[in-house]
Amino acid sequence: MNSVNTQANIELTSACYDRKPVTGEHTLQELPLSGKINIRGDSANAEIFSALEKAISITPPVIPNTKVSNDNVTVYWMGPDEWLLVCDIDQVSTISEKIRQHLGTLHHAVTDVSDYYTVLQLSGPQSEALINRGCPQDLHPSVFPAGSITQTRFGHASILLDRQADETTWHIQVRWTYAEYLWDYLVSAMDAL
Amino acid sequence: MFLIKCPWCGERDQSEFHAHGEAHIVRPENPDQLSEEEWGDYVFFRKNPKGLHYERWVHSHGCRRWFNAARNTITDHIYATYKPGEPKPEIDVNDPIHGNPENQR
Repeated sequence: MNSVNTQANIELTSACYDRKPVTGEHTLQELPLSGKINIRGDSANAEIFSALEKAISITPPVIPNTKVSNDNVTVYWMGPDEWLLVCDIDQVSTISEKIRQHLGTLHHAVTDVSDYYTVLQLSGPQSEALINRGCPQDLHPSVFPAGSITQTRFGHASILLDRQADETTWHIQVRWTYAEYLWDYLVSAMDAL
Repeated sequence: MFLIKCPWCGERDQSEFHAHGEAHIVRPENPDQLSEEEWGDYVFFRKNPKGLHYERWVHSHGCRRWFNAARNTITDHIYATYKPGEPKPEIDVNDPIHGNPENQR
């Protein structure tokens, strides 16, 4: 019997694998798959907070829409009882296990969401205007300087925007199945500039 | 475009939010002892006031948290937003700027 190509053997580590990286004045590319761990636990509960802090060796952010990072991980504030930890893909199970051990029977949830989201990197002098084609938030550097993060909307997609240190590079985290939509929207926005 | 203040994220565009009807509806503690009419009231019937309305909102494209808002259904002015579990804020519906237009005549 002839085998049918079911794509089962393709290693799906990219959500935009059939899109070529955009080069030129503005660049757009998908970043290599990173490890992402969603952590739920009440930040107002001191026992939970200190156990988590010990487990990941960094103080999780408690101010809305901020992040903290060290050499190994970046932790994003997602809600008053929710964080997103981004790490190397190989570290996911080690870090998850460590968090579970430290939090023990305390009320919490640790979920591997590495392949639920992907991250697009947009860069260029007018990148702010490009994002504002689909995003209603004020991104002027006076209110949204380098290092700022926010959960917001781009068109119909919910995104996590992370402004990099150089101000004109952005990491846009989006749900896997919305990645091509976001990609094509940004490309058409570039054409319309 | 108008802005809604999420109790966590601050002022955001209205398109990041969704409204989900009347707030402060408490599930009866003894559903099996209610009459059909009382249960029907709890499940289906909602206030539809002209003026001040306390409602549930969710910051769907942001932090995805639920909160409550006191909104004027005539002027669309949002007097206050507050976290779930917090008591209803006192609202002056005769507020000369944002109150009910008919009260101002």
